[in-house]
Amino acid sequence: MAQAARPGQLELAPPGLGQRLATAVKVFFRLLAHSKAGFLGFLGVLFFVVLALAGPIIVPDAGRPDMTKIYQPPSLEHPLGTDYEGRDVLKQMLRGGRAIIVVAVLAATLSTLISIAFGALAAYAGGWLDSLIMMLTDVVLTIPQFPLLVVLSAFVKLDRPWLLATLIALLSWPTLLRAVRAQVLSLKEREYVEAARALDLGTTRILFGEILPNMASYIVMSFTIGMTAAIYAQVALYFLGLAPLAGENWGIMLNLAWVRGAIFYKDSLMYILAPVLAISLLQLAMVTMSRSLEDVFNPRLRES
Amino acid sequence: MAAWQRSSASNGTPAPVLSVRNLEVRYFTRAGTVQAVRDVSFDLHAGESIALIGESGCGKTTLGLALLRLLPKGARIVDGEIRYRRRNGQVIDVLQLDQEEIRRFRWQECAMVFQGALNALNPVLRVWDQMLDTARAHAALSRDEVRERSERLLRMVQLEPERVLNAYPHELSGGMRQRVMIAMSLLLDPQIIIYDEPTTALDILTQRAIIEVLRSLRDQLDFSMLFISHDLPLAAELADRVATMYAGKIIEVGDVREIFYNPRHPYTLGLIKAVPPIVGELYDISSIPGTPPNLIEPPSGCSFHPRCPYARERCAREVPPLYEVGSLHTSACHYWQEVKLERQVVETGD
Amino acid sequence: MTEPLIALDHVSMVFKARRGGVKAVDDVSLSLEAGEVLCLVGESGSGKTTTGKIVAGLLKPTSGSVRFRGQDIWQMDKARFKAYRRAVQIVHQDPYASLNPIHTVFTILATPLQRHGMVRGRAEAVRRVLELLETVDLTPPESFLFKYPHQLSGGQRQRVSIARALTVNPELIVADEATSMVDVSIRVSLLNTLQRLRDELGVGFLFITHDLAIAKYFAWHGRVAVMYLGRVVEFSPTPALINDPQHPYTRALLAAIPEPDPDLTRRKGKLQLRSLDIPSLLHIPPGCSFHPRCPLFEAGLCDVQRPDLVPIDEKRLVACHVVARERTGTIAKHAASPVGISSDPVIGADLGEYGKESS
Repeated sequence: MAQAARPGQLELAPPGLGQRLATAVKVFFRLLAHSKAGFLGFLGVLFFVVLALAGPIIVPDAGRPDMTKIYQPPSLEHPLGTDYEGRDVLKQMLRGGRAIIVVAVLAATLSTLISIAFGALAAYAGGWLDSLIMMLTDVVLTIPQFPLLVVLSAFVKLDRPWLLATLIALLSWPTLLRAVRAQVLSLKEREYVEAARALDLGTTRILFGEILPNMASYIVMSFTIGMTAAIYAQVALYFLGLAPLAGENWGIMLNLAWVRGAIFYKDSLMYILAPVLAISLLQLAMVTMSRSLEDVFNPRLRES
Repeated sequence: MAAWQRSSASNGTPAPVLSVRNLEVRYFTRAGTVQAVRDVSFDLHAGESIALIGESGCGKTTLGLALLRLLPKGARIVDGEIRYRRRNGQVIDVLQLDQEEIRRFRWQECAMVFQGALNALNPVLRVWDQMLDTARAHAALSRDEVRERSERLLRMVQLEPERVLNAYPHELSGGMRQRVMIAMSLLLDPQIIIYDEPTTALDILTQRAIIEVLRSLRDQLDFSMLFISHDLPLAAELADRVATMYAGKIIEVGDVREIFYNPRHPYTLGLIKAVPPIVGELYDISSIPGTPPNLIEPPSGCSFHPRCPYARERCAREVPPLYEVGSLHTSACHYWQEVKLERQVVETGD
Repeated sequence: MTEPLIALDHVSMVFKARRGGVKAVDDVSLSLEAGEVLCLVGESGSGKTTTGKIVAGLLKPTSGSVRFRGQDIWQMDKARFKAYRRAVQIVHQDPYASLNPIHTVFTILATPLQRHGMVRGRAEAVRRVLELLETVDLTPPESFLFKYPHQLSGGQRQRVSIARALTVNPELIVADEATSMVDVSIRVSLLNTLQRLRDELGVGFLFITHDLAIAKYFAWHGRVAVMYLGRVVEFSPTPALINDPQHPYTRALLAAIPEPDPDLTRRKGKLQLRSLDIPSLLHIPPGCSFHPRCPLFEAGLCDVQRPDLVPIDEKRLVACHVVARERTGTIAKHAASPVGISSDPVIGADLGEYGKESS
């Protein structure tokens, strides 16, 4: 009851979850707004995410093939012209983001999870386990990844998004794992971690409560970099025709535009530029956003 | 002749080497304007050694940087005067020098050894190359002249020139690197040397060696020193005069013995009582209550009043001027007459 | 005789390095009673911090034993080891590195309380955290509860670190240069807080410092062990150590320390050392490791035989051939074989009795 007598007791109630979330969102926007490029990047990423979710819903199909309309220049009816079958390029573009982005998110999530789990394990456990994990990592790291992907695609039919994502993820974790391990190794020696050990807080709490949160910005940045890499890998596979050209996505558009000779027609310039532009803009948005993310995670910059 | 006895002689000379008047330095930050140096005036005489003491954030390092116009981005000297007298008697206004002139002024007339000087040496260059670069960057000297001077100075700081000049910094210990920096600061025969925390982070025996080196250098060469330190014992060792800084202001100046045995400002008194002698009896020690001031909005009146045991209502209102409290001893305290150092022995040695 | 709280028995710590091992701690034996204050004084490379970590169980020594109430901590079962872990806490030097920047003061203090079931529910946690903040003189405690470390001053952070150590009701706090990075005006009040914890809560301290002034003021009624290159060279009650140092290294330190008193400090003579440079830990000199710098050096003795820490009177231990000979008439000879060490009566289990005030 002594507590009740304290003045200002109301302020002592720790903020509730809703309130904390609201503050977090507010802080997030303020910090993003702080760097204009970062905020633009964030808007760009948001746009593409919405596009990925809503694109195929808003635009149910890209029109039927119409041989009378092939390779038309941009017009009011077809703002970006038409393709080799006379279908609308803009509509294809709006629909073509989902597959690419979904696979990129899946691949980045998977490779980040692998890297964090095994990187932290290697750093924390040390000894033979560390040596084993690092040896494996080095082996995977020395394999030229894209050529391997090309070879693997000959054996595995990449017609499922998760299959493609898994394959990409399985080849892209080593760099991040090495980085995670190095970070955990250095954070492990921090004095507050040592104090936590002396306080017997337990390995789980030390890893998840003290070490990993300090790597949040790093992990999110690695995630976006993983996504950009996954996008390039996919587009390259489609472009080279190594993944089945089923459905619609930017990679397939690019492949078809190239294979069907769009490059030779002045009028169909937009057909080949549209997917390139979409991919580049998405990549640019993610890179600029990830750069300003560090501020968002730094508690020092949170107030004022 | 002990170093501090010389001060009385130098005080007799009318024109100081360096004369600072009403210096104001501000940092313009997002959080607000930091008043890092406020209305600072002092004179440094030929051959004299002044210690600028104060705690972190009191503006002492900023003051040192301002004297050489080495302030970082975002900081500006907004008011005041820095006058420097050359060996030929010519007086120059440091704040009016152009870029080329200020570059020559640094090192040739006034050298500064920064805090963390241990890392100030370029790790991939031999000491000799750095000596040469420094000399060439600031003055027109021949290779042989630089060689001859470096060797002489290194011997003066108790180092073997042949060995040290050919060494890379990592091959030298902390104390040796510090002595190399001291020798380098004297390379162009400046009239003034500013040392920012010259012994911090050094072991005790190394500190003693540095102190001995600085003492013997002052006996052999003709230069004035300005020490910037939080370390009272260092001031007791090396200073002729001591100036205490608090919240960007110089709040007490006096002869070293006056300051240590007869401080007249409550802050100086507090510092001295917080750092008692090591050898001998156990004296009572006490701390200064409260926390260091915020220099964006320094306290009204006397900046020390929120922490001062002598403070009265007047202190919050009126900014105290530097009162004459003794011979060549000034203190910025309205109630300086009440401030008196008394030490109590808590327990004797046995 | 009751067992001491902590006893180090011939503890050595060798770190692996590219070129052989670095012997950071070399055959150190110490013991601490409950509620006692022991200062470990030394310069950089003396092994004092490593010794502190060994005492706190954060490092396992490469040889020798660490006993907690008579039990070897590295042979304990899990439950006992956990109890020992909590009984010995550590407060670090750097207030900017010792608190996790992403947690609030409340989280930092409440986590150990909740983890060890010392509080039930949030309200009790808040109440206990407030109590702890008050104990370390952070007042009003409410205003610190949800602050992040970067919003606090160095001194305040150090107090939070101390409060964190107190969450688990330790019997011993290893304070590793805990006051050396804060301003002098703050340092004394921090020391006073620690002193109060000692008096009121009966917490013992292993106080690690390079600053003899702090050793003097914090451990006046305790003992000081002076370390040099991994070894204890002198072990004595504080007043005796400060005013009548015996080992030539301790003497040099005391003669070299600048004093905040112009007359006193300028009377100190020149250093009487034969060399200014501290030997590298990779190449520790044979015999007495201080011999290349020692003014009392005797060729054929000091550079050959390693001196043991031997009593020179009822209170003090010194590891120096020359001093030991002058004071006791015998040479502090190192035992010939490793087996001989443990049977050596001088540094056996009774070590803890030496150097204490004869009360």
